[in-house]
Amino acid sequence: MKRPWHLLALTALTLLPAAGALPGAASAEELNVYSYRQPYLIQPLLDAFTAKTGITTNVVFSDKGLGERIAAEGENSPVDVMLTVDIGRLAGAKDLGITSPIPMDQLEGNVPAEFRDPDGNWIGLTSRARIVYASRERVEQDSITYEELADPKWRGRICTRSGQHDYTLGLIASMIAHHGEKDTETWLTAVRDNLARKPTGNDRAQVKSIYAGECDIALGNTYYMGQMETNEKDPEQKDWAASVKLLFPNSDERGSHVNLSGVVLAKHAPHRDAALKFISFLTSHDAQAIYAETNFEYPVDPEVPVSERVKSWGTLKPDSLPLHEIADFRKAASEMVDRVGFDNGPQS
Amino acid sequence: MNTGHAGRSEHFWSGLSIAAAALVLVPLLAIGWIALTPSGDVWDHLVSTVLPDALATTLLMMAGVGSLTLIIGVGTAWLTTMCRFPGRGLFDWLLLVPLAVPTYIIAFAYVEALDYTGPVQSTLRAVMGFKTSRDYWFPEVRSLGGAILVMSFVLYPYVYLTSRAAFLLQTSSMLDVSRTLGASPLRVFLAIALPMARPAAAVGVSLALMECLNDIGAVTFFGVRTLTFSVYETWLNRSSLGGAAQLAIAMLLMVFALLWVERRARRHQRFNSGHSKQRQPSRIHLNGLAAPAALIACALPVLLGFGVPALILVEMAARRLELFSDPALHRAIGHSLQLAAIASVLTVALSVALAYGLRLRDTPVLRLAIRFSSIGYAIPGAVLAVGILTPLAALDGILGGALRALFGDLSGPLLLGSGVGLIYAYSVRFLAVSYGQIDSGFGKISPHLDMVSRTLGSTAARTLWQVHLPLLKPVLLSALLLTFVDCMKELPATVLLRPFNFDTLATTVFEAASREAFEEAALPALAIVLVGLIPVILLARTSARSFRDATSRRESLASAAASLLDRQDAPAAAE
Repeated sequence: MKRPWHLLALTALTLLPAAGALPGAASAEELNVYSYRQPYLIQPLLDAFTAKTGITTNVVFSDKGLGERIAAEGENSPVDVMLTVDIGRLAGAKDLGITSPIPMDQLEGNVPAEFRDPDGNWIGLTSRARIVYASRERVEQDSITYEELADPKWRGRICTRSGQHDYTLGLIASMIAHHGEKDTETWLTAVRDNLARKPTGNDRAQVKSIYAGECDIALGNTYYMGQMETNEKDPEQKDWAASVKLLFPNSDERGSHVNLSGVVLAKHAPHRDAALKFISFLTSHDAQAIYAETNFEYPVDPEVPVSERVKSWGTLKPDSLPLHEIADFRKAASEMVDRVGFDNGPQS
Repeated sequence: MNTGHAGRSEHFWSGLSIAAAALVLVPLLAIGWIALTPSGDVWDHLVSTVLPDALATTLLMMAGVGSLTLIIGVGTAWLTTMCRFPGRGLFDWLLLVPLAVPTYIIAFAYVEALDYTGPVQSTLRAVMGFKTSRDYWFPEVRSLGGAILVMSFVLYPYVYLTSRAAFLLQTSSMLDVSRTLGASPLRVFLAIALPMARPAAAVGVSLALMECLNDIGAVTFFGVRTLTFSVYETWLNRSSLGGAAQLAIAMLLMVFALLWVERRARRHQRFNSGHSKQRQPSRIHLNGLAAPAALIACALPVLLGFGVPALILVEMAARRLELFSDPALHRAIGHSLQLAAIASVLTVALSVALAYGLRLRDTPVLRLAIRFSSIGYAIPGAVLAVGILTPLAALDGILGGALRALFGDLSGPLLLGSGVGLIYAYSVRFLAVSYGQIDSGFGKISPHLDMVSRTLGSTAARTLWQVHLPLLKPVLLSALLLTFVDCMKELPATVLLRPFNFDTLATTVFEAASREAFEEAALPALAIVLVGLIPVILLARTSARSFRDATSRRESLASAAASLLDRQDAPAAAE
């Protein structure tokens, strides 16, 4: 008979501290952020923003569903801005109707037209190129094209992450934009058969695979190289990085495929002024320099230089394909990955 | 004062249980609603491409995990309850320990250790002088086989737990009779014990199967493309949440069909434990080679499901010793414990309300509602989370409006902002885990007791309080602990529904793993395992004790009846 009292006592005990987590009355200067970008990547920027403005930031990080969360929360949504990777997610937020146009004339920095939504529903903050990591030991050539990945000479030598990942989908979408669906499917099938193994892991894991001898070339984003080269906590990652060189595909013609990370202003942002200050700050030279120096990304503002380290990898010539086209072909790319069975790995 | 209210209190209870069922059903209905949005050509595409393969992979995985967990779970349960061999007492609870290891963590540990770039193959290459993967053969850990094996090592405890209880409750006389009649231990096992343990084992296996059906973390590590994979792809890469919800519901129907087939197959069988005096059955003494064989059979699952992954994690965590003093880690432990404690108490309370409501008034509507609500377990976590968002955000709107009218400006949604959403999600998700146990616990209490109690004038509430709950104590505790461990491990719904600046152990692992800082993921992962270990050990101890107490079951029944008679006058005296 004692048990129910235990139960009540336990409930009371556990509920007490939870009550402390209840939101209090709105404090003057706060900013609520939902982020698809990983916390460690955005923290330096949030810290710099707080230092500059005194506005404190609150963050929820998730890899999926944040857009749906904002949509479900509706008018009561506490979120002010959402940070995302990938142009598909930016365009997706606009499609969900959870964004509000950002007044471009109020921005401190300069976001070129190709890096923002024509209606201002999202703006890009950094760009990154999808490049080829190649083994210094086993790959002679110093240039490459995406088309060439289908060449049988790469049979059993290519590593990549899942075909259904945002970054791979972006690349495939750009191929569709340039070559049409039919040719791209032939290409993707040939690339699939050149794979050394089933697509798996993230970009860093591909470099580790080259280092270990599992494959000779791999697709990856540029900034991973910087993270590995400067990794003091896991010095072995410096060895992985040292075993590869970066090839910027299609440099002699249309340029390398680039993707965006960016920000949207929430439709029902309760701290709209703080949100605009934050977005403006992210476009400023200070913030763009943080992206460049600590995250090894390409700032969207042409006036802000890339870091010395990024410069040392070679010169990026970005593909001039309008980014919204990549977003438009995303679904087709995803379906193609299924049709080809890309993620099942080599078939023959 | 009591007798006259009996009818009304029954209505109250069935109302309460319908309310509880509704609470759990609302997110499932929300998913159903989302599924009604037109999904365009999603199905055409799926059917002509990945669906046949994904379906085959999923069915194979379920068949594999189902048979492996059945064999390991029932086999080890039989050995530890019915046989005598060195180490039996130890394995009795050790076999539960892998329950503390989430599937995504064991998958990550094995893949890290065994894939091409991992320490095992690297050492092999260094020793043998191999240069590339073409020089030698090594079993591919990122495969369906790898996924089945590794997931079974952590999912079999569900089957072990339920079949162990069934074996312990079986009337030993039946087993003794068959042995006296000359049946070999193996024959007794196959012909008597196994069929009698079948309902319990089925409950355990269905929990294991639902867990492997909704899994996305582990199958991603293994590169096994199940239906759940297609659900997420449809949602995230083709922006069709409607299509994803349809697929998730199709998966649920599959689970429903499976459960139905199982129930139907044994509908003519009765599994009452009977009224004969229950006592600890005499254990079969294993000698010769049988004893070490039994020892190995029990040691292997514990080693593979707990020992090896824990060692891998310890080795990684040891490289990040400074993280031990990280206040963020301590906060995450606090959050995990707090959430799991609240959610498991709530889930058990919901289960009791449902089961007792059904006991008082068995209506087809309630029965159906309960059945539907407990298959929420099989829905992929992030999809369930989206299903919870809709009703919760609506409730937040109403609540916020009311509170703002009363207290002025409040910032943000109250429920989602405070973690209530998480607790709700856990309750919906893990109702199946606790309801199954509590329902079967109620089933073992003779309805005569209710009649006696009610005839003596107790209300339904008091009968529950004074008769059922004390008798259910071991079941309640075991349901509580099992739900607690599951809440600790939950990841996908936690990530999406958490409030601002809020991390649990699971989300800390997720964040570290998502930046591939595996050494940093190791410590919080280890913490999940170790913190989860405490309730698991408690669980093992209480269930062992409660079954020892089974001998005195009759006495406890008698004392419950006596206390009823005592209390008969108490309220009057108090008034």
